[in-house]
Amino acid sequence: MIDRLWNKRGVAVTTALVAAIGCGGGEGGGSDASGGGESTAATSPVDPATVGHASGMVTFTGMAPTMAEIDMSTEATCAAKHSMAPTEETVVVGDGGGLANVFVYVKEGIESLDFPTPSGAVVIDQDGCTYRPHVIGVQAGQEFTLRNSDGLLHNINASPTENRGFNVSQPVIMETNRSFPTAEVMVPVRCDVHGWMSLYIGVVDHPYFAVTGPDGSVSVQGLPPGDYVVEAWHEVYGTITQSITIATGQTAELSFEFNSDMAAAHVPLGEPTDLMHPEGHRTADPQ
Amino acid sequence: MRIPLPLLCAWRGPAACVAVALSMVVLTPVSAEAQVDGEAVYNEWCAGCHGEDGTGNGVAAHTMLPRPRDFTLALYQVRTTTTGALPTDADMLKVIDEGMPGTAMPGWEDVLTQEERLALVDHLKTFSRFFQGDAPEQLEFSSATRGTDEAIASGQEVYQTVECWRCHGQQGRGDGESAPTLNDDTGFPIYAADLTENWTFNGGGSVEEIYRVLRTGLDGTPMPTFADIVDAGVITDEQLWGLAHYVRSLSPEETPEVREVVSARRITGATVPETVSDEAWQDVEPIYVPLVGQIVVKPRWFNPRVGGVWVQALHDGQELALLVSWTDPSLSPDPEWADFAQQIIESMGPGDEGAATAPGEPDQLVVQLPTTLSDGMERPYFLQGDARRPTNTWTWQSDVSDAVESIARGMGTAVPQPDGEQHVTAEARHSDGEWKVLFRRSLDTGGAEDLVLPVGQTVPVAFQAWDGDNGESGNQGAVSTWYFLFLEQPTPISVYVAPPIALVLTLLFGLLVIRQAQSATSGAGAEAARRLPRFRLTKSVERAFGTGVGVAWLGMAYGAYRNASLGWDAGHSDLGFWWTVIAGLLAIAGFSALIGTWIHTRPSEGRR
Repeated sequence: MIDRLWNKRGVAVTTALVAAIGCGGGEGGGSDASGGGESTAATSPVDPATVGHASGMVTFTGMAPTMAEIDMSTEATCAAKHSMAPTEETVVVGDGGGLANVFVYVKEGIESLDFPTPSGAVVIDQDGCTYRPHVIGVQAGQEFTLRNSDGLLHNINASPTENRGFNVSQPVIMETNRSFPTAEVMVPVRCDVHGWMSLYIGVVDHPYFAVTGPDGSVSVQGLPPGDYVVEAWHEVYGTITQSITIATGQTAELSFEFNSDMAAAHVPLGEPTDLMHPEGHRTADPQ
Repeated sequence: MRIPLPLLCAWRGPAACVAVALSMVVLTPVSAEAQVDGEAVYNEWCAGCHGEDGTGNGVAAHTMLPRPRDFTLALYQVRTTTTGALPTDADMLKVIDEGMPGTAMPGWEDVLTQEERLALVDHLKTFSRFFQGDAPEQLEFSSATRGTDEAIASGQEVYQTVECWRCHGQQGRGDGESAPTLNDDTGFPIYAADLTENWTFNGGGSVEEIYRVLRTGLDGTPMPTFADIVDAGVITDEQLWGLAHYVRSLSPEETPEVREVVSARRITGATVPETVSDEAWQDVEPIYVPLVGQIVVKPRWFNPRVGGVWVQALHDGQELALLVSWTDPSLSPDPEWADFAQQIIESMGPGDEGAATAPGEPDQLVVQLPTTLSDGMERPYFLQGDARRPTNTWTWQSDVSDAVESIARGMGTAVPQPDGEQHVTAEARHSDGEWKVLFRRSLDTGGAEDLVLPVGQTVPVAFQAWDGDNGESGNQGAVSTWYFLFLEQPTPISVYVAPPIALVLTLLFGLLVIRQAQSATSGAGAEAARRLPRFRLTKSVERAFGTGVGVAWLGMAYGAYRNASLGWDAGHSDLGFWWTVIAGLLAIAGFSALIGTWIHTRPSEGRR
């Protein structure tokens, strides 16, 4: 009976997900294209002398949907911050066919390593009634700052599945710090005051993730040699995975091609990324 | 069936009585020790809505908005813990005990035993792994500040500073500019709370409970916590208490009691008010009439937006004026609310419980009367009558400028009266999330199927309301049961004439008594008394006179007391009060006269 109750959602235990203080030394860790925090180099479990890299493109083929204009007429302060009429950011395709706002991260192959929690705070700004950035990655346990630069009421309503959510109000220019202890791709965040505002936070328990810009380029640096599965996540077109092999000093090629036929794809939210604790492993009995 | 023990003793004799009593003594401790099975209790009482798997998908769930809680998400609105934290056991028990006002969730305190409810709490916690961790930390709340005018005024400022009005609207009726876009965490449309009806607040309507919600937010809904801005120094904790006091002040001091009678006071020297904004309405007490979804006649409606209407009435002997006010965030059809209406319609799903319409419907209000008055208590069927007993309905719609008078023989069968037989006018105003609709009709229209509204008698009346932007139309709206409308009698002239006469008589008798008393004494008083006419009377006549005056005054006191109670009962507290004062004075005078007479005519006292 209890098992039946629990099988509804494939989720993993919360324990042991907060990145512990690693051992070993030397340079290491990956870069975060979203401009996120830096790993504390001294405690990374990765030997920088052995690492390789992965980089490439996330592209879009087919007809990209036209992004609807956002009507900010009731919010003059925000409207004034936009030189061009603001549009939705769900599908942003660059001139070269690159797809922006794709969260790319190492999904499998890195489970055995414990990475230190970065100390630098990632900033998510609410500016012009828009989240900047629209998609961001953080490490589990890493603090991120939610800033209100608009000076009018925003509420920040995060609805994760693997983590506990929060819903805080920011009626003035101010900052609030939060973190998610558990890896989860992706955590949706919304502002209920401004229905058009949406944000996705990808939470992983290692530093190997990136978010694409309009050029679609993506780069994950400093991976230990080995085989990995890398996933690209987009809020409309779902996910694509790719297997890569990292060799010391080499750069493996990443290539993700989304297309308009994928518009009906299932978009995973709140999926566990901790594969050490697959579905069903969880003990249901609270006793 | 269990027979009460005393009854059994009388019925089967002492032997059976002792046997049963013994078995109770022996058996009771055993059953108390037995573990209550929380899962069994849950499956019996909760699974119908929340589903056996706890996901909130029980068989009845599709008719409900908000949907039953999905326990696997472990998202709980009512907590004494910070946003995102789990509720404490006591928090969960509170909701089980008290229910969630304004939703389909009832309270279970009187249905289930304490053990069963506690077992339920434990069972609910098995639906989410989050409860396997440490117990949540209960927040320490400061003590309530006093709800002074200053506190409320400061709270009103905070309401502006922290921009509560964005969702709740300037007057708190859930009509803020963001209100039509609100969704809960499971993607269903959700209303911003109507802050003028604190008895519908999730988590309770007291100042303390409002403060708690401001501190914790209502997780799973758009309502955020305001604790962070206190921590950041944007406002002080005292100001947050002020905000709680202000929000509380938007609702009536007492939750409105359901009263059966709407009294229409008779106004004299003027005609009934012709506008909703007439100042005369400020002196008329509004009566709250609760409404519920129409769930009898198909298609049914389980998601009514209008939870009740406030009714005020006046008449002038010729015409009745009926003012009906209720919260409705939008003037339907409002394009801003079209998406919301569409979402509601989709959420309610197809089938006879589903909304039958597309967005774009108007708001409506129906006042319903019988077409004839029966001698007994018999009234037409409350849903617009039936073939045998039709009803006379006054229908107002937000997209039509006047009311339409119809004859209905069942829900949705209203047939408008011919043009010449339309006798009801309506004037409506929508502002700050509130409708006010004023109906007027002659007491006697001369119409064949119109009830002559009798003065001094009760007339059955019922109300029905639709919010178009909530996907409501046709049979799918909110309805009340029958109430009574009472057209008060004109105030009898004696009410105005009797008090002065009573006062004059009292004065006269008083002077006479004083005169008699003083004529019988020497001293300072006698001097003054000499200016009054003198009567030479024997002691027995004096005694009879004094006693007579005393008894007369007590009689008048009793009459005044009767008038006072009539006044109070009819809702005229001013008349009641003044008659009470007069009754008191007369009673004092009466007793004084009796006592004085007795003192001065005592046989033992040698009168000189």
